[in-house]
Amino acid sequence: MNQSRREFLKTGFKTILATGFSIGVFETLRPEVLAALKKEEGLRWAFVVDTTKCIGCGMCVKACKLENEIPYDVNVTRTWVERYVMTKDGRIYADSPKGARDGFIKNDPMGVTVKKEDIDKGFFVPKLCNQCENPPCVQVCPVGATYQTADGIVLVDRTWCIGCGYCIMACPYGVRFFHPVYRVAEKCNFCYHRIKKDMKPACVDACSFGARLIGNIRDPWDSVSRIIKTERTAVLKEEFGTKPHVFYLGLDSIVR
Amino acid sequence: MEVHGEIWTLKELFVYPNEYIYWSIQIVMYPFMTGLVAGAFVLSSLYHVFGIKELKDMAKFALVFSFALLFAAPMPIVLHLQYPFRGINVFLTPHFTSAIAAFGVVFFAYGAIVASEIWFFYRKHFVEVALPLKEKRDKTLLEWIRFIIFHTLTLGAYDISEESLKKDEKAIKILAGIGIPVACFLHGYAGFIFGSVKANALWMTPLMPVIFIMSAVVSGIALCMLTYIVVMEIRKVRLRSRRRPWMVSIEEVKGVEISVIRMTAKYLLVFMIFAITLELLDLIFRGYTAVKHWDILRTVIYGRDFTQIFILQYTFGNLLPFILFLLPRLSIRRAITGLLLVLMGVFMMRWNVVIGGQAFSLTLSGYMDYILPIVPHNWETFKEGIGGALGILIMPFVLFWIFSKIFPVFSSEESH
Amino acid sequence: MKGHVFRPLWVTLGLVGLIFIARYFIVPPDFGIGERGYMYGWYRKGNEEEWKAFKIKHNTMQYCKDCHPDQSKKIKASKHAKVQCENCHGPSVDHPEKPQKLNINRDRELCLRCHAYLPYRPARYAELPTGAITLKMQEPDQHNPGIECVTCHSVHDASFK
Ligand code: SF4
Ligand code: SF4
Repeated sequence: MNQSRREFLKTGFKTILATGFSIGVFETLRPEVLAALKKEEGLRWAFVVDTTKCIGCGMCVKACKLENEIPYDVNVTRTWVERYVMTKDGRIYADSPKGARDGFIKNDPMGVTVKKEDIDKGFFVPKLCNQCENPPCVQVCPVGATYQTADGIVLVDRTWCIGCGYCIMACPYGVRFFHPVYRVAEKCNFCYHRIKKDMKPACVDACSFGARLIGNIRDPWDSVSRIIKTERTAVLKEEFGTKPHVFYLGLDSIVR
Repeated sequence: MEVHGEIWTLKELFVYPNEYIYWSIQIVMYPFMTGLVAGAFVLSSLYHVFGIKELKDMAKFALVFSFALLFAAPMPIVLHLQYPFRGINVFLTPHFTSAIAAFGVVFFAYGAIVASEIWFFYRKHFVEVALPLKEKRDKTLLEWIRFIIFHTLTLGAYDISEESLKKDEKAIKILAGIGIPVACFLHGYAGFIFGSVKANALWMTPLMPVIFIMSAVVSGIALCMLTYIVVMEIRKVRLRSRRRPWMVSIEEVKGVEISVIRMTAKYLLVFMIFAITLELLDLIFRGYTAVKHWDILRTVIYGRDFTQIFILQYTFGNLLPFILFLLPRLSIRRAITGLLLVLMGVFMMRWNVVIGGQAFSLTLSGYMDYILPIVPHNWETFKEGIGGALGILIMPFVLFWIFSKIFPVFSSEESH
Repeated sequence: MKGHVFRPLWVTLGLVGLIFIARYFIVPPDFGIGERGYMYGWYRKGNEEEWKAFKIKHNTMQYCKDCHPDQSKKIKASKHAKVQCENCHGPSVDHPEKPQKLNINRDRELCLRCHAYLPYRPARYAELPTGAITLKMQEPDQHNPGIECVTCHSVHDASFK
């Protein structure tokens, strides 16, 4: 009796130690590093957005709409660029007119002209689907019309979507919308048709400033996965636990 | 060309480009109708399971009414879907990690339970109608139709001996017993659909399903009481117009009516207290913890939506009827006023959840206003406008009228 | 007639059976659980191929250079080296067959997307192989308003005409 109790305590102690240790290890590793460490063969797409390079020309948005047949004049878009301007009095101006389809050619954030001397900081932030590792949009689809492929891209089956809009509600990033023509859920898919043919997404190609990069996060030597691992990247709305796979350089706390 | 939702959405300040009010009036109607179903059923079960004798009259009525509502409840969703006919996919390839898919199955199970219960309840009646028709030679066409309907309804079980009727009663009891948790589950799921959307600051709370269940029961009871009153009034008018000594007297009807209403009102009050407590708890908790999104939620709750929430929902929808029912010597007229207010209050609660949840942007620094389409100019603005909503509201009453032709809901000679 | 109690149950089961039969006929055979499991990978496998077959519209400079070697060489040597032909000429899909000529966008607004002065627009342009340069920006209202930029500027070598 006594013996077995001691045994029990011993193993119990060991287990606690072991789990404690492993949890400790896991906590110090970011998921993307873990993924690479696991040395999994294969492919997991990831994106890097360098906001310090983005100048807000919106060429990416234009290219995306044309490439992916999103009606040009309808106010929805798979990718968009936001403008943030913070003035000295602490005011934050943020906007994205037409999703920046026509770029930003005027100094009029939210319709206000802000003087150069009043500005503390200002920058542009491109947005697109984060191809989350735990995509809540997929989780809530009642019929299995949206799903994630093995390489991490979230797609929508246009023949199966019933158009309930639950996924649109579930995405914390406002990425999804109803396609004006097909009337089913629509979203950025990193130009799946292009990346599967060894091309870059249309937005990446259209960007003359190198603000958008795509790569394989499971390949430790991939340039994008090097950036993610060696530089100070951040993801959007981490608190939702979605594990986004679009990593941002130069993100700021005022970014929504 | 426009994207779905753009037409009734007004954006203010910083809102993501793709954000619109995608869930409009029909999604308000949907939990409202489901709530009525669940509530009506719970009310009828109070009698069958817990043997609350006073509710007997109401229970019979509530059961059939909840059956009528059952058919109307999925209609808002169907009208809301971009592809209504693909709705069947929910049953073909259900994805149970989605609250909507799980809802489909629970709804089906629930429908089966209610239908079975009604069958047991009115089986004797079916047989009594079908049997003479069966034996009758050379039926007229009308009789043939009647016979076929009722013959199908008996499911071929013609045995109405004492013994088998006993069995029916037992089955009803069991079904009503299973039905209560399923009804709560059903409506809890409707709450879960919203409560589980972590992206939405207003929706995401584990209290959501419970709040929905409580307000569901409230609205269900209120609607049953209201319809009951209306039906009784009609009967009174009829009795008055053609006096027949062998039928029940007006006084008798009146007496039954007011006592049933007073009795049911007590249960209504109890559930109302639960509902309000939970809602206030949720509100207080949000204000107290004041996490990141509270800043914008506060401006919506205490500012932009103040009238809808505090005036229409809490004052007129909760407080006022509460007082009306608490005052002694409840009269029919006062009951009607109170019941209408309660129903309005519950509807506003759904509205404030569904539309209020989309009143602010995911950016937490912008707003969206919902302009309910009143004059439709195409199919979409009709079905997701006031027309579609009213259609849904009327539907259960039409169905109930049809069902009352088949089931003797108000016959004074009891089937049990 | 002892089992009459179970009749509603049989009816219900019958309906469930009907759903399963319908499922057999309607649901495509490749519908199932994919690599991401039931939660994230419950779908029709064939849809992946459908998306892969989606038509490419922008073929990039890689495609243009075969028929327009001079122009592409010229631009590659200029400060516009990293600007895709299709950014101004439009997607090259089905060109040269279907649209024999592409619709060139010569609007002032197009140039302004990059070259309009905004106080918060990064002024350092680091993408050239030859090293970083300053991004040329102009106040749109002051720099010859109303005239198309291409009147004086040559886009392909990023210089004056
Ligand atoms: S960003 Fe939104 S749409 Fe994209 S995978 Fe994540 S939740 Fe889904
Ligand atoms: S809109 Fe389509 S893809 Fe989105 S949850 Fe509904 S059925 Fe699924």
